[in-house]
Formats: sequence, C-alpha cells, structure tokens
Amino acid sequence: MLSVSGLTKVFDQQPVFSGFDLTVTRNRFAVLIGPSGCGKSTFFDVLTGVTPADAGALRWQGEEVCHLGEVAAYMHQKDLLLPWFSLLENSLLPARTGGGDLHQARSRALQLFSRLGLSGYEQHLPHQVSGGMRQRCALVRTLMFNRDLILLDEPLSALDAITRKSLQSLLVLLQSEFDRTLVMITHDVDEALLLADDLYLLSVKPMAIRDKIVLHGDKPRRFDNPELLAMKETILQQLQGDIEHVAG
Amino acid sequence: MLRANLLALGILLLLLGLWEGSCRIVEVPIFILPPPSLIARTALLQAPLILPHALTTALEIICGIGLALAVAIPLAMSMFAYPWLERALSPFLVASQAIPVFALAPLLVVWLGYGMAGKVLMAAIIIFFPITVSLLEGFKGCDREYRVLFRLMGAGFWQTMRLLYWPWALPHFFAGLRVGVTVATIGAVIGEWVGAQKGLGYLMIQANARLKVDLVFALILWLSLMGLLLWFGVGWLEKKSIRWKYKQ
Repeated sequence: MLSVSGLTKVFDQQPVFSGFDLTVTRNRFAVLIGPSGCGKSTFFDVLTGVTPADAGALRWQGEEVCHLGEVAAYMHQKDLLLPWFSLLENSLLPARTGGGDLHQARSRALQLFSRLGLSGYEQHLPHQVSGGMRQRCALVRTLMFNRDLILLDEPLSALDAITRKSLQSLLVLLQSEFDRTLVMITHDVDEALLLADDLYLLSVKPMAIRDKIVLHGDKPRRFDNPELLAMKETILQQLQGDIEHVAG
Repeated sequence: MLRANLLALGILLLLLGLWEGSCRIVEVPIFILPPPSLIARTALLQAPLILPHALTTALEIICGIGLALAVAIPLAMSMFAYPWLERALSPFLVASQAIPVFALAPLLVVWLGYGMAGKVLMAAIIIFFPITVSLLEGFKGCDREYRVLFRLMGAGFWQTMRLLYWPWALPHFFAGLRVGVTVATIGAVIGEWVGAQKGLGYLMIQANARLKVDLVFALILWLSLMGLLLWFGVGWLEKKSIRWKYKQ
C-alpha cells in the first residue's frame, strides 16, 4: 500500500499543496486528474524526489521512504529509450544502474521480450522498430525495475491513436498480469476513465482531492457505455467550474 | 549533394581562373601576387622543405587539441555537476576569450621558450572554450524525463554521466570540436610567428622576409589543407562515435 500523508510544498510562500493525503491500495490503478497548473507535476516531482517536500511523509508497504524513487518504476508518454543502445541494452538499464546480476537480468529480459512479441529485435536500435515495439520495450524496462509500484506521468497524452490504444492495453497488462500497483497523473479525462480503478479528482491550487470515484468493469473501457459518458460530462463540468472560479 | 559539390568546384575554378588570368594579363610581379599555377607548383616542388615544418605544426595542433580536451571535458563535467562552479567560473572563461591571443603569444615565448610548449598552449587556449561551452550545453540539454528515469533507476551522477549525459552531449561536443580544430591552426601559427625554430608559421616569416611570396601562399595552402584534413577527421570520428544518430 502507498500512503501519502500531510505532504506539503510551498513555492514563493504560495502552497502548491498543503497537508495532501492519499492512499493507494495494492494492485489498484489510481489516477489523479486535475486541470493544467493545479500542481500535479510538482506533486509528481515530490513523489519522485526531483523536488524535496516541505513537510509530510511517504510510506510504501508500511515503511517510510524519502521519495518513491527508491521503490517505484517510471513510465512516461515518451518511450524514453536511449537511441544509442539496442532494445535489449535499453531494457537492461535498471539492472546496470541498480548493480544487479546482469547475466540473470539478461535471461529475464529475453523472456519478457519473447512474451511481449519482441523476439528477434533484441539488437535493433530504437529507431529501427515501430512506435508500438518501442513502447513494449519500455514496458520490459519498467518490469526490469523489479518494483511493485509504477508511476505514470501522463503516459498517453501526446501519442497517436494507434500507439495510444496499444499502450493502454500494455498498462492494463502491467496491472493484471504482472500484479503491479499504478499511480498515474493526467489532465486527460478520457485516459483516466478508460484505465482507473480509483479516480481522484483534484482541485486547483492549493491542490487537494475534491472527489474520489471508484470505477468497475473490464479495462481498457470503451466509451460506448452511457454511464461512462455521463461521468465524463460530470468530471469535465467540475474541472471547468474550478478553472472558471480561478479565472473569475 | 552532387549539385552542391559541383557548384562549389565551379566557383573555385572560376575564382582561380580569374586570378590566373588577371596575373598574366596585368603582368603583376610574382613578389606581389603570384598566379595560382606558380603557388601550386611551389607547394609541390618545395614539399621536401615544407613537410618537416608542416609535421611540427601538425604535432603542435594535435597536442593542443589533446591538452584542450584534457581540460575542457573535466571542466564541463564539473560545471554541470556543480552549478555553483559554473556560476563562479563563467566570468573567467568569457574573459579568457576576450583577451586577444596575439597579446598572449610574446608572453608565452618568454615563459615557455621557443620550443613546442608555447604553441601547444596557444592552440589549446583557442580550442578549449568552444569545446567546454558546447559540451556543457549538451549536458544541460538532456530532457528532464530521462533524468527522472535515471534517478528512479537509482543511478549515481557518474553512472548517469556515462550512460546518459555523455552520449547525449556527443553531437554538441563534436560541433564544438569542429569549430575548435579549424581555429587551432591560428593559435599554433601565431605562436610560431612570435618565436620559433620550426613550423609553417616560422617558415612563413622567413619566406616573407625574402619576398618569396609564392612560398608564403604555398604555406597558406598547406595550412588550409591541414585545417580541412582536421575538419574531415573530426567528421569521420563523429560518424564513428555517434553512428546511431547518422542511422536515424
């Protein structure tokens, strides 16, 4: 379980968030959605340790950690593969930086390559394969972190429709087949509704959770469900209301 | 590409033709402006005289490049690792380039004598700045998402430097090196003008004093060829080192 309690970050005497609490239970897909500029990115920076928190505590599986960089893997909308390394070398990066057994890591990576349909492409450079294959390689790298918690920073927002759909399926696979807990931040309502188990609606600065919605059903969901469409309308109205309140 | 090369060759031949024709029609004395045909003949026929001097100058330039790299690379890395160091050293770096290199040459002869050391240092002073600045900018240009990824992988600074920052900055490094090597000849030749016993600059001064203007031009031609050779040499090294970029 991930527990964030009393997290506070202040910039220029203006609190970005103050006393922020969040609990994500194991093997859930938690999505934090809020309007642009509400403080999501700062929250993510504090979680990953890029920026220190001013107050508060982070706990993973009951143990306090300075930041989630120590316990979480990371996936981004870009595949973040290094163009100078082959797909296999890219997937082995967590083992190389983490000082693990490279031989063992290599065997595991090759197994994952086979499972995700990347066999035969191990020595290809990222630009030599399709966008979908690069995303699958990024997924292998994420799995090679050997960490149960995965942080997702707007993973789908700038992708074309086909790659987006393929990555949605991969994220669901991460949760269902590889038993991972996922925390995603986004400003994209569609993305949130398609993937979340627990959707946290954020208010504008100082950022706080204004609502929590628990979603059910097989994922990735489809928008032919009227209930989902109605929910999308409600969320959009709430976000819009927040933005207008700030502008007014 | 072929069209551009043909155009460049055409312009060169036209200019040489105009030069040759003007010298013959106006009958300019050869100690004022020798025709290109005489310069080419002198450059070839005097090769046994020029070659040992050219080797000395080439050695000075290569050692200068080596010295510049030995200073620029650790300096750029340190300034990237410690931003306060960059803030502290930047004014000195800029000041070092504001001083005309001609003004330093006599001092270096006094301090280091008539041997190679002064010329090597002159070349190094000219080259190290573009390399340092471009390398530092290359490091800084690394995308934030990649930095976060490496942070979450638990990579230390030097590990990140080796696997991420250095390959990332290589195209910038080579851009700086290309600029550096083309101006490196200036440093070495100025050093030789002020005080030397060997080298193309030394030979140039001797030829000029004896009004052997065709030899002076022949030496300029040799220097230009050396500059071109260095330029293409760096280009070749760049293609070998960042093959992934050229394959993209």
